[in-house]
Amino acid sequence: MPDMQGLVNEFLIKLKKRKMEGSQATAKQTAELLRAVISQQRVPYSNQSAALIDAVKSVGELLISANPIELAVGNIVRRVLHIIREEDLSLTTAAMAGLNLSSVSDDDDDAEHDDHPVLSAAAVAAAARSTLRPPSLQTLLEDVPDGTAIPRTSSSGGDSEGKSKSADKSSRTRKLKHDVIEAVNELIQDINTCHEQIAEQAVEHIHQNEVILTLGSSRTVLEFLCAAKEKKRSFRVFVAEGAPRYQGHLLAKELVSRGLQTTLITDSAVFAMISRVNMVIVGAHAVMANGGVIAPVGLNMVALAAQRHAVPFVVLAGSHKLCPLYPHNPEVLLNELRSPSELLDFGEFSECMDFGNGAGSPLLHVVNPTFDYVPPKLVSLFITDTGGHNPSYMYRLIADYYSADDLVVQRRTTTGS
Amino acid sequence: MDSRRTPRSVIDPKVRQVGFFAPPDRTNSGQPDPISSSSSSPSPPAANISPSGNSLSPVMIPPPRHSSDSRPVPFVPHPASPLRRESIPAGSSYNPSDFYPPATSPTAASPSSFACRMPVGGYGEFSEDVVALSPGRAFRGSSVRASASSSFPGGGFDLTALKASSVPASELTTVSVFNLPPGIAEKAGGAFVEMQNDRHVSSKAAKEKTTKAERRALQEAQRAAKAAAKAEGNKIPGTGSSAVTSVNVKPAKGVKAALQKNDSVSVAASEKKVADRPVEKDRKKDVPQPRMQYDDRSRVEKAKRRAVVYQTEARNRVELFRHLPQYEHGTQLPDLESKFFQLDPVHPAVYKVGLQYLSGNISGGNARCIAMLRAFQEAIKDYSTPPEKNLGRDLTAKLSSYVSFLIECRPLSISMGNAIRFLKGRIAKLPLTLSESEAKALLQSDISRFISEKIILADKVIVKHAVTKIRDGDVLLTYGSSSAVEMILLHAHELGKQFRVVIVDSRPKLEGQLLLRRLVGKGLNCTYAHINAVSYIMHEVSRVFLGASSVLCNGTVYSRVGTACVAMVAHAFRVPVLVCCEAYKFHERVQLDSICANELGDPDAISKVPGREDINSLKHLASSEKLQLLNLIYDATPSDYISMIITDYGMVPPTSVPVIVREYRREHLWI
Repeated sequence: MPDMQGLVNEFLIKLKKRKMEGSQATAKQTAELLRAVISQQRVPYSNQSAALIDAVKSVGELLISANPIELAVGNIVRRVLHIIREEDLSLTTAAMAGLNLSSVSDDDDDAEHDDHPVLSAAAVAAAARSTLRPPSLQTLLEDVPDGTAIPRTSSSGGDSEGKSKSADKSSRTRKLKHDVIEAVNELIQDINTCHEQIAEQAVEHIHQNEVILTLGSSRTVLEFLCAAKEKKRSFRVFVAEGAPRYQGHLLAKELVSRGLQTTLITDSAVFAMISRVNMVIVGAHAVMANGGVIAPVGLNMVALAAQRHAVPFVVLAGSHKLCPLYPHNPEVLLNELRSPSELLDFGEFSECMDFGNGAGSPLLHVVNPTFDYVPPKLVSLFITDTGGHNPSYMYRLIADYYSADDLVVQRRTTTGS
Repeated sequence: MDSRRTPRSVIDPKVRQVGFFAPPDRTNSGQPDPISSSSSSPSPPAANISPSGNSLSPVMIPPPRHSSDSRPVPFVPHPASPLRRESIPAGSSYNPSDFYPPATSPTAASPSSFACRMPVGGYGEFSEDVVALSPGRAFRGSSVRASASSSFPGGGFDLTALKASSVPASELTTVSVFNLPPGIAEKAGGAFVEMQNDRHVSSKAAKEKTTKAERRALQEAQRAAKAAAKAEGNKIPGTGSSAVTSVNVKPAKGVKAALQKNDSVSVAASEKKVADRPVEKDRKKDVPQPRMQYDDRSRVEKAKRRAVVYQTEARNRVELFRHLPQYEHGTQLPDLESKFFQLDPVHPAVYKVGLQYLSGNISGGNARCIAMLRAFQEAIKDYSTPPEKNLGRDLTAKLSSYVSFLIECRPLSISMGNAIRFLKGRIAKLPLTLSESEAKALLQSDISRFISEKIILADKVIVKHAVTKIRDGDVLLTYGSSSAVEMILLHAHELGKQFRVVIVDSRPKLEGQLLLRRLVGKGLNCTYAHINAVSYIMHEVSRVFLGASSVLCNGTVYSRVGTACVAMVAHAFRVPVLVCCEAYKFHERVQLDSICANELGDPDAISKVPGREDINSLKHLASSEKLQLLNLIYDATPSDYISMIITDYGMVPPTSVPVIVREYRREHLWI
């Protein structure tokens, strides 16, 4: 697959050079790349899912290490892995169903219309989710008789392989890949439309005559505010400019062009203004499993100010931003320092910043981080495409999207391969 | 003196409380004098009442003095009155007479304590005291005792002038009258009044008024005496002693202060029951005057008519900040320049400073204040009293017009407001006997002294204190560019301490870059970051040093916008926040948020990012109705984020700010 290799390399370079802006775009491109990988992957007769998983993992590992800060890449890789596992499981259950009448009836209950999940991969995925998910209250109550499904939850490629042997292999070969690709398409679709789904909830959160503060620029926030505006809500927006990238200027421009009353302020005026603000609405770079947020730099300050004045701090995040990892020292480890030239003119201070000058370290250091970590206690609410959630609920939401086996992509692959 | 001193120290707190209240009252009481009466205001009866009021509440607001001051002297708002009081404090002299006689050994105590002040007066002991006191303050103090003068070298009112300051004398008389037995009071009061009258050459009707004043004073005195007699029996001994002690209390700061306090104490003590109402009035006066609200159409119109500077109001203003002035930037400068030769009312030196404010060449509380004072110095030097006019009044009016010109250039900082208050006080307190040239010289030296003592020396003291808080290996964070903090850092570096500096900066002024350049030039190890990165960098910081434009009475630090953010993040990371601020910037105003009072900068500075041509998305939107650009200059940091305030009086918690404002205000007025 030289062709495939080229695509991957191109993407890797983009990631390494930080040419990719925005987690949404990154997520989408990652998903598309993985879809290509899957479709190019030759699937052996036996153990198909394991082969797919290995292929995705090896590419995923490269992608993640290319830009470990861009958590969306890792999220999508894990999502795809999870999809493969689910599809595989649902196929095996379907196969079992074909053999075993009693389990068919079970499947009927769960996946309402789909006795034979041949065509609609999405429906299968839904069905599989409900049956294969680790025990939740719902599954416990509804699926009591489904004893066969629960043990399968833990089954990985190896197990399913054993079971798959009993199934009809020839029909399954194509089906698995096809189903997976269908599901990945759906994922891409989700990523594309997450703005709209989040924006739909705007009316429930933004009231008449409110004053809303945001910092930097986020497309999700823009859509959210505009959605409320379209519903005839009139409110005012304070935009902090978000130095040194000044994306607030872009956001302000967009908001003005859509007819919202906008006030642009400096970042330093956030504390001064927050006492008159009703709600802080911001976008995020990533949401961690503990409910903490990796966000554009400056937001920790805003969150502290909001807490001081009891102003709700609302984070908008598409589900592709949910990261199943728990952060450790995120301010440093999940951060990235950008060029000092954004803060200072090199001309003036260049001799002070020269490491080759005199003894040891230079006199002047310039710190220009990209991200801030906002701890979960400062966040009032997450609004995702699946609705509003508390920070403490994030771990549970994450369990819906990822399988526990994939949390550590890298180590798996290194030990496995 | 020594023996007293020790007791004083013990008693100090009580004395102080009482002392502060009293002064305002006196001013009122002083009003009976021709001048004061003519000026307007409460007049003698008020005086009586007020003292009683003082006695009532131990805790009063310091500002009243100023307001009260302003009343007696029409033109001079605050400072003047305090000065007079000083002379009045001589009134303290009456303490001896009042209290000592009844309570302890009056004669012994009074002479010893006041010895310096009390020359042998022609009129009466009291009067003598008064006179003596005043001279003491003044440098000349020919008659004055050296001791008093020594304590207040800077102040330098003319003693001769003191005589002229009949007002204080009258006050004294009134006050003294209360306490004294009627007969004595009469004599004393009469004597004083006469003196005052004589000295007040200006007032024609002085005699009549004085006589009226006398009568009133007598009546009141008698009344008071009765009341006092009852009250004193029980309370006075203690209070009297305390008062005496109080006199000694602050030898270092100034005998005058002590005297004032005594007066107040004595008055308060003697007439605790007399009247509460006057106090209420005084309190109201004390409250700082409400600032001009620019959303008040009629007042704005009025102000515009008077304005020298032609300004167009910014069109697109933020709703929340309608109450603050905002003008199109850049419209004033050319207009002003063209008017340079037409503006007679404004002295060229003042004009120059105004232009520098406008263009932003001078910024920073201290720099602006010093520039303004120097300009005033020039203006005073070139000033000559027009015929038929009184130097004090005319000069004050002149200064007021300068000040309003400066305000049009840029709203005053609180430090400047305090300095102006000081200067007007000095003018109001000028002895009438002084010749014009003497008065001018005196005022100029007063200004120089204010600059050197309240700003330059204060900074040195602050540096000395703050350096003790820097240890080897520290990482110090500072925000923006504060002259005091810069001096601290440089001094610590000179002392050979090993530390690192983090400079946090923010748009649009980017003052931190200037500081960075200077510090790096001196070889300090620096880290530079924008304010957004403050929570990233705060992990490694061990102390935060911040400058302040002002510290308000509720402990709020009013400073460059962004300071509150830095202090908040530091607080969240458990890093101590030290605020460095000279005490002359303290103000009795209170503020809870940054919106009610603030200053708006040029909005265009927000949309343009110098050096970043790529950031131009707002270029074409400047005229859009929907887009507003808000450039706040200051913000208010809540006091709970602040660990310590370093001032020239030492290192204090923010809760102690009102105490300093109250305790040192007067002294600061006299210098």
